[in-house]
Amino acid sequence: MRRIEMKKVFKGRTIISGTFTGECVVSKDGINFLATFQKSLLKKSKKVIGGDQNNPGLYKKRLDGMIICVPQSIGSTTGGIVIQTAAQTGVAPAAFLFSKHIDSVAAAGVVLSDIWSDKKIITIDNLGDEFLEYVKDGMTLEIKEDGTVTVH
Amino acid sequence: MKLTSEEQQIYNGEQGDTLAKIMKSVVRYGEIFDAEKLVPVNKPVHLVTSFGVSMLKPVYDLMDELIENNIQTKLPFTVDPRPVDHANIKYTLPEKLVFKFMYGKQSFYENQLKQVGLKDDNAFTCACYHQEVGNIPEKGDVITWSESSAVVYANSVIGARTNRNSAIIDLFCGILGKAPEFGLLTNEGRKAPWLIEVNTNSLPTPQILGSAIGIKVMEDVPYIKGLANHFANMSTESINDYLKELGAAAASNGAVGLFHVENCTPEAIELGAELIQENYETYTIDEAELERIKESYPILWKKPEAKPELCFVGCPHLSLNQLNWWTDKIAESLQKNGREILQLKTIFTAAPDVVEQFKKDTVQFKKFADTGARLSSVCALMNMNNPIMARKNVITNSNKLRTYTTSRYYTDNEIITQICGGLK
Repeated sequence: MRRIEMKKVFKGRTIISGTFTGECVVSKDGINFLATFQKSLLKKSKKVIGGDQNNPGLYKKRLDGMIICVPQSIGSTTGGIVIQTAAQTGVAPAAFLFSKHIDSVAAAGVVLSDIWSDKKIITIDNLGDEFLEYVKDGMTLEIKEDGTVTVH
Repeated sequence: MKLTSEEQQIYNGEQGDTLAKIMKSVVRYGEIFDAEKLVPVNKPVHLVTSFGVSMLKPVYDLMDELIENNIQTKLPFTVDPRPVDHANIKYTLPEKLVFKFMYGKQSFYENQLKQVGLKDDNAFTCACYHQEVGNIPEKGDVITWSESSAVVYANSVIGARTNRNSAIIDLFCGILGKAPEFGLLTNEGRKAPWLIEVNTNSLPTPQILGSAIGIKVMEDVPYIKGLANHFANMSTESINDYLKELGAAAASNGAVGLFHVENCTPEAIELGAELIQENYETYTIDEAELERIKESYPILWKKPEAKPELCFVGCPHLSLNQLNWWTDKIAESLQKNGREILQLKTIFTAAPDVVEQFKKDTVQFKKFADTGARLSSVCALMNMNNPIMARKNVITNSNKLRTYTTSRYYTDNEIITQICGGLK
């Protein structure tokens, strides 16, 4: 019998464009970049393990090279330079997919990474609440330059 | 975004590659929020990045590039407090080692800050808007601050206009003297989708009221009714201090960048209910709701029944008025309890300029020092943001400190009871 592959497609707004296919990590809570990345960055680790105890969706999970699916970012306004640091040191996530409008901290982080560190972190926002309800840890997502995200 | 010819020249690199990158960063940041133009920044910026954390190499590289190109902010700026204070706080050896590891670049970074426009050595505070510090915008001024408690104070209490900017973007806007116009810089962005009805019999604790509002409205603007009638017998200084505490809690428990208080804050006095959006939502807060909020705070101590080891008061930094209030209160309480000194190591924090002013009143400062209290200009939050301090049983009257650390929140009166001990 032929297996029918189920796909679901979502469309958001492209902030930093790019194509990527990979595994996602999902949190229903906003991402606090400082709390999430600080421990790994301080240790100069080659991988990032989520360090924010207040975010069970990301806590203790490997985040570098992953597609991070969250509603938006929260917390310290230093978060932007934390993203840039992760990008410049090669341990940033592959992509940020926000269900809501990107906030000023995340926006600054991905812009600074692109312009000052020449590192693009694919970023799409406004993917909608249904997107965040649908995606689950470990799913494979295919991201296209126009902001289309296909969940396989 | 539509740029002026001068802005476009900078964008195109006609004033150098580094300035072009700065302009491109600010423009792209603004475009993400649909800003249509840049507007002049009238007053000095206030930066959030005060700490020389070893991991932030990109920031040091970026600052080096600015310095190499003689790029400075248009006006001298202030910055958040230093993360460590070896002069006024006695640290254990493990704490010293952790701080050395974490903040090993502090001196280096402070030197970089000076070269790009830092006001002076005393410019390290989260409450730059206090009279003694002097980074005080006026109503209607456009500024680009990033410290969340300062942003909400400037917008709400002063009526200046700033978004809750990210680190580095604040600095870039200060260099360009321009900010992208969106969000809280616009009249529409300053309208409230939330009506908060305060229905309490007495003045609510600002830290809990702010927390309740922040948790409910998140980044939205609230219009608060029923609060100003409790301000009747308070001085302007005390009202501003109250609103500072409320705002810091709302900004940290949620992401509030502006609130209006009916018959009190400048825009609410000027525009009243016109500031409330159509189809607004209502949140009523009474004593029971405040109690529910307070009881909901998780206790992050390993042993919740353990005795506190340290108390921090002053996140955000205390005003001179607040320092005097605390001095009188703890001295009075100690005397009533028949005790001479505080029963718990307690660190009060205020801006360096405020501390200097406080010390000039030698009688009051002696009264403070005689209680055994410590006075510092450290950032309590950064000071606690390490594995050693995180394990300490710290109490605080700051809802912001509670939110970002393992510290435990108590009201001012509860703090006074704990640090002064009971009857001897």
